[in-house]
Amino acid sequence: MAETIELRDIEVWDGNMAASQALRQVQVDVVAAYPITPSTPIVENYANFEANGYVDGEFVMVESEHAAMSGCIGASAAGGRVATATSSQGFALMVETLYSASGMRLPIILNVANRALGAPLNVNGDHSDMYLGRDSGWIQLDAYNPQHVYDLNFIAFKVAEDHDVRLPAMVHQDGFMTSHTAQGVHTMTDEVGYGFVGEFQPMNDMLDLDHPVTHGVQTEEDWHFEHKARQQHALMTVALPKIEAAFDAFEKLTGRRYNLVETHQMEDAEIAVICMGSSVETAMEVVNELRAQGIKAGVVGIRVFRPWPLEQLAQVLKNVKAIGALDRSSPHGSVGMLFNEVAGTLFNTDAKPVLTNYIYGLGGRDLTKAHLVGIFNDLKANMDAGKPTTPLQQYIGLRGPKLSFF
Amino acid sequence: MLEIRWHSRAGQGAVTGAKGLADVVSTTGKHVQAFAFYGSAKRGAAMTAYNRVDDQVIMNHEKFMAPDYVLVIDPALVYVADFTAFEKPDTVYIITTHLSTEELVASQPKLQGKKVYTVDCIKISQETIGKAIPNTPMLGALMKVSGMYEMDFFKENMIRVLKKLPQKIIDANMIAIQRAYDEVK
Repeated sequence: MAETIELRDIEVWDGNMAASQALRQVQVDVVAAYPITPSTPIVENYANFEANGYVDGEFVMVESEHAAMSGCIGASAAGGRVATATSSQGFALMVETLYSASGMRLPIILNVANRALGAPLNVNGDHSDMYLGRDSGWIQLDAYNPQHVYDLNFIAFKVAEDHDVRLPAMVHQDGFMTSHTAQGVHTMTDEVGYGFVGEFQPMNDMLDLDHPVTHGVQTEEDWHFEHKARQQHALMTVALPKIEAAFDAFEKLTGRRYNLVETHQMEDAEIAVICMGSSVETAMEVVNELRAQGIKAGVVGIRVFRPWPLEQLAQVLKNVKAIGALDRSSPHGSVGMLFNEVAGTLFNTDAKPVLTNYIYGLGGRDLTKAHLVGIFNDLKANMDAGKPTTPLQQYIGLRGPKLSFF
Repeated sequence: MLEIRWHSRAGQGAVTGAKGLADVVSTTGKHVQAFAFYGSAKRGAAMTAYNRVDDQVIMNHEKFMAPDYVLVIDPALVYVADFTAFEKPDTVYIITTHLSTEELVASQPKLQGKKVYTVDCIKISQETIGKAIPNTPMLGALMKVSGMYEMDFFKENMIRVLKKLPQKIIDANMIAIQRAYDEVK
């Protein structure tokens, strides 16, 4: 039996420690991991807990991220609670196996400390790796601070392991800006944390020798489409209600509320930014300051990135006159993902806000409050003009001449 | 909102210092943030670490900061790092140096007319902890200059923060904190 740790009600943890503590409290059976900055401390701390008797599990040191996820797939298929962590190039190396995990319907939890993708080499945070995962069939939850990292890990296990869902889930946090930023985190006791997720209930586990099953089969054209359709069906119709149910249950347990789409001052907002990660909270603070000046500004944060909360987002944005979609990833050859998703979300609705796109914060470049004030000024001008007064896509915080497209 | 910027070299413990301070402050019910710029994280490279303290939940995640306190824990950085960046008229500087405050200000004109305090955290840590880890003594100096907390309360909490270290090292850190508290001018 694993030793427990007496946590204080509020611990000062960075996002990485928050993830490690959650993995410890849910008593993950197998972590197969390969280190990469800035996610390394997640599995390093976990290995420390395991070595000191705080977890009854296996820590498997492997030779690459590809092997890490492959090991997780094997352990999950065998019938255990499984998790790992990665970032950036490590995430990129995992991509092939991410599709295997979701296609085989294995409820693995992957903590991603979001980081830029090279070249040029950069260990700092942006959302390139998170965006790379968006067609992989995983549930993707996004944390804005260490408290969210801790909480969303419990929620991820509860949803992913649900026998109606059976899909892997990622918990994203901003590399360094969250992963290495220490803040107060309200904790649960080991018993309460474990109790929220409960004992792992295997399904089609390979170690159930009385009921032999095959994982990772070949289907070709006669069944591939049906398998993928079933996977999509689970993601589109089951995952969102299950996530909402988990948010409700978590609120009941802790008082902390999460939503598919997070909003701040959106009830009567005329202009709004939509973004992800730690930027959401900085934008909230800016909105508070703008509201004091009488400007009806609001913030929309995407909490559940995949499956995309299309209906919920359309509802939130229905009365907004001008929207800035803020992407922390270079779209390389198009508008940003959030611009596209928001446009697609609203296209068949009555709402016709002016929508513009901002690329910001690549490779850890700071998004300052002053930048956000500038963006809201643009949006106000767009609202007043009823059309874009700026190019559709602008780069924010870039040195040198202004860069914009479309 | 109280904001503190640390100037350090990677390996001198600014991140541990910032996180330790955040931990202590958090126990008083205030909200805290501690973070750093790592760059390429080479040992010895100049780096900065940051603390924010507020009565409200801290939502601001920008790295930009106009600090109330600037803590310099490597003596050479006052000559090579932009340690006065985004200073305010009343920004307080606490600087590790073997020089007196007057000698330091004379050697670095940027400090003229500023609120400057000096303490030799390198020497203190070498003489107490046995190596140049100037982070905990700097916190002792900060407690004196800022009047943030009583020394007993602060040391009691730092013992908890450092609890994974061997007792001998914890004891040496407490002496270092007290010495910096007494010696900062």
